[in-house]
Amino acid sequence: MSETTTSDVIVIGGGLFGAFTGLFLARAGLKVTLLERGQVGAQASATNFGNLRLHGRSARQYPLSIRAQELWESYVRLTGETCDIDRTGHLYFARTDRGEAQLRKEVETAGRFGIDSQLMEGARLYDRFPFLAPGIRLAAFSPRSAVANPRLSTPPVARALLRYGGTVVEGCEVARFEHGSRGFAVTTADGRHFAAAKLVNAAGAWAGALAAQAGETVPMFSAGPPQFVTEPLPYRLHPSLHMVEGDVIVRQIPRGNVIFSGYPRTRSLVSGEFTYVPPEKTLRGMRALAESVPMLTRAEIIRVWSGVEGYLPDMLPVIGPSATLPGLFHAFGGSGGGFQIAPALGESLAALVRGEASPVDLKGYGIDRFGKSAEVSDKIRMEFDQPA
Amino acid sequence: MGGEPIVAIVGAGPAGLAATRVLVQAGLRPIVLEEATLPGGQGTRRLSPLSEPYRAALYGQGADAMARREDTENAILAKCDYRPGTLVWACHDNQLELLGPDGFVGQPYTHLVIAVGATDRIMPVPGWTLPGVFTLGGSQVAVKRHASFIGRKVVFAGSSPLLYLAAAQYLRLGHRDLTVLDTTPMAAKLRAFPAMLRHAPRTAMEGLALMAELRRGGVAMLSGGTIRAIEGDGRVERLRYVTRKGRETVVAADAVAMGHGLRAETQLAELAGAEFRFDPDFRQWFARTDAMGRAGETLWLAGDSARIGGAQAADAAGSLAAQSLLASLGRQIPARLLRRGRRRLKAQLDFQRAMTGAFRWPAETVAELPDATPICRCERVTAGEIRATLAAPVGPVEINRVKSITRCGMGRCQGRFCGPALAEIVASAAGETPGRLRAQAPVRPIPLVADTEGAEQRA
Repeated sequence: MSETTTSDVIVIGGGLFGAFTGLFLARAGLKVTLLERGQVGAQASATNFGNLRLHGRSARQYPLSIRAQELWESYVRLTGETCDIDRTGHLYFARTDRGEAQLRKEVETAGRFGIDSQLMEGARLYDRFPFLAPGIRLAAFSPRSAVANPRLSTPPVARALLRYGGTVVEGCEVARFEHGSRGFAVTTADGRHFAAAKLVNAAGAWAGALAAQAGETVPMFSAGPPQFVTEPLPYRLHPSLHMVEGDVIVRQIPRGNVIFSGYPRTRSLVSGEFTYVPPEKTLRGMRALAESVPMLTRAEIIRVWSGVEGYLPDMLPVIGPSATLPGLFHAFGGSGGGFQIAPALGESLAALVRGEASPVDLKGYGIDRFGKSAEVSDKIRMEFDQPA
Repeated sequence: MGGEPIVAIVGAGPAGLAATRVLVQAGLRPIVLEEATLPGGQGTRRLSPLSEPYRAALYGQGADAMARREDTENAILAKCDYRPGTLVWACHDNQLELLGPDGFVGQPYTHLVIAVGATDRIMPVPGWTLPGVFTLGGSQVAVKRHASFIGRKVVFAGSSPLLYLAAAQYLRLGHRDLTVLDTTPMAAKLRAFPAMLRHAPRTAMEGLALMAELRRGGVAMLSGGTIRAIEGDGRVERLRYVTRKGRETVVAADAVAMGHGLRAETQLAELAGAEFRFDPDFRQWFARTDAMGRAGETLWLAGDSARIGGAQAADAAGSLAAQSLLASLGRQIPARLLRRGRRRLKAQLDFQRAMTGAFRWPAETVAELPDATPICRCERVTAGEIRATLAAPVGPVEINRVKSITRCGMGRCQGRFCGPALAEIVASAAGETPGRLRAQAPVRPIPLVADTEGAEQRA
């Protein structure tokens, strides 16, 4: 029988959700052990597009999103490091009637939460963003929206957790956990033992299996968007650009590479370990990008990638206590918007774990919301491959 | 699988051409996709019209045989759906993605032979990114395609049989200021030689003949020692190395051609579903195949892209892959033929394996590289940055995550040139077997919109 490592809280999953939750718990003085099956921040936290957007979110998510932006804006103070956070602003544009209607609605929603978002069209739009292709009906500029480098974003949070006395164990896959009178006993695939009074399930696309061990089934599935990056080019494309119709999401980083993402997303392999980028989606994205930003016509793409991201039918994450086991908490299923909300999610969940009120209302994020009449977001129809 | 088979061969080098020959002889009309405008491959690269006048000088008595071989290859390709100037940039779901004269085209297949060869494997040294530094393959392209030398004072440096071949080509074309600096000591070569001679006596003797030719031609030849740096103000001016006995030496040069053996081109095979294993002798990852080169239900690999073996092994492997493919179509292949082919391939592969001792990949030198040495030239990542990343708390330990954080291997070449050195740096820090960078499309950079002017002109 090997030794058991005991702490106040075990966090399963070293993505941004787990790392931020762990950091806020450790800052409050709790002894935190973070268990990561692979390497910290290497899955969806690293492979996502890296937008910190305050636009186009569901009304339910704005409180969390606004708090998260404040925390991203103080990322250097929180972690002592940078991850290329750049307040580029985001420009959303519409080319169709449907897109135009959606854009107006999104601007209205953002406005309700006090988020500045300026509608632009015609000469005003093209004077400011001359690289846009002709034919754009309406656009909205969200000046506080930003970008960050997702590949670099998680390790600094984990290192800050270490400085607050936490422990990070990589290459440590959890096989099972048991709940008893003294809390949770966690056994890893390689036979290590960990114990804690509280347990946080932040295992990303792999969190569903852990939730099932608590008797909680969630309709989560794994998918990822087709993404690509070009060779470095002169830095001209300043705001992050979003075509509301979803064909083009693009940004350029100061070192010159242009990064693209688009819909529809592709389902991950059945193994849940990989998402292919079908070449026809790459070609479609390349055409759509050249049509939206003609100056990129001759740009060369050098790499494609996707990721294994967890999605839920209402396109919102699960954040909050288990409905079956006291002391167990869930944070997973970012549903394409998880990167931005991660720091506020960590802060709020840490408060719940400590038995305090969450600084942001987490109503609507519960794991028990997936009953028969569960809501299915329009985005499921519009942003994913549809079954044939 | 119903319907007519669609057989696609990627690469018209020695392996692809051998596979094509066997399939054509069996009455098939394969699709042959070649990235270059001429068939022939790399080591056996054909001369451009510019270089054609130098044919006799370059090949000597072999010139006629070379011309006959090219005629035979042309005759075979004439019986195929041969598409030169066509890049295969991705493979997914039994379809190849092409970029050629007609722009982006999808090509479904039922049977695929990948024979895309290899490039020089490079161990960086300080100054290796200076203008005037080429790969050994690059130095041969200069001669065969552009009819030019890479410099007036040329050093062929590293450890590879191609050091001697490339130097001999330069010598035959009249170059008289050549140095070969082979970092593997002569004693190691002598130890490896009996096995080389046993497995492929002719190839081994050809190697000796090359060295004798260079000696007669007055080419300076040094063996053993370590390359310290390539130096110069804005371009190559000298190469600094330390002899086996520890003496610092400087060779004046205006061009350096480098290589440390070959590195299999594996991305397309990976995209097509091949699996990989680490070969400790070659210290690189090769695709898993059976003895005939079959790597999957619809996938065959042949030549240097499957395992490093040189042109003769590629020819044997290409034939075997095609025979295995034909067998999967229900054709009878005489057992005698298969036995002979497998024997021929095995002898060449065993020869190459023995040769890894005669031309060593200097894995241990990464530990001594100064921190400022660039490892990834596309993204300008230095050895020091990679080491600092590895040493950080919760730093990455796996090569793909190291790439993700440092950008090493993320540029235009996608790690094809810096990958082997990156793998050694990560392995030396983690104390493990060198890892493998995962492949993603595109295999080469592709433009957002294809240039199809050529197609319009033809129309």
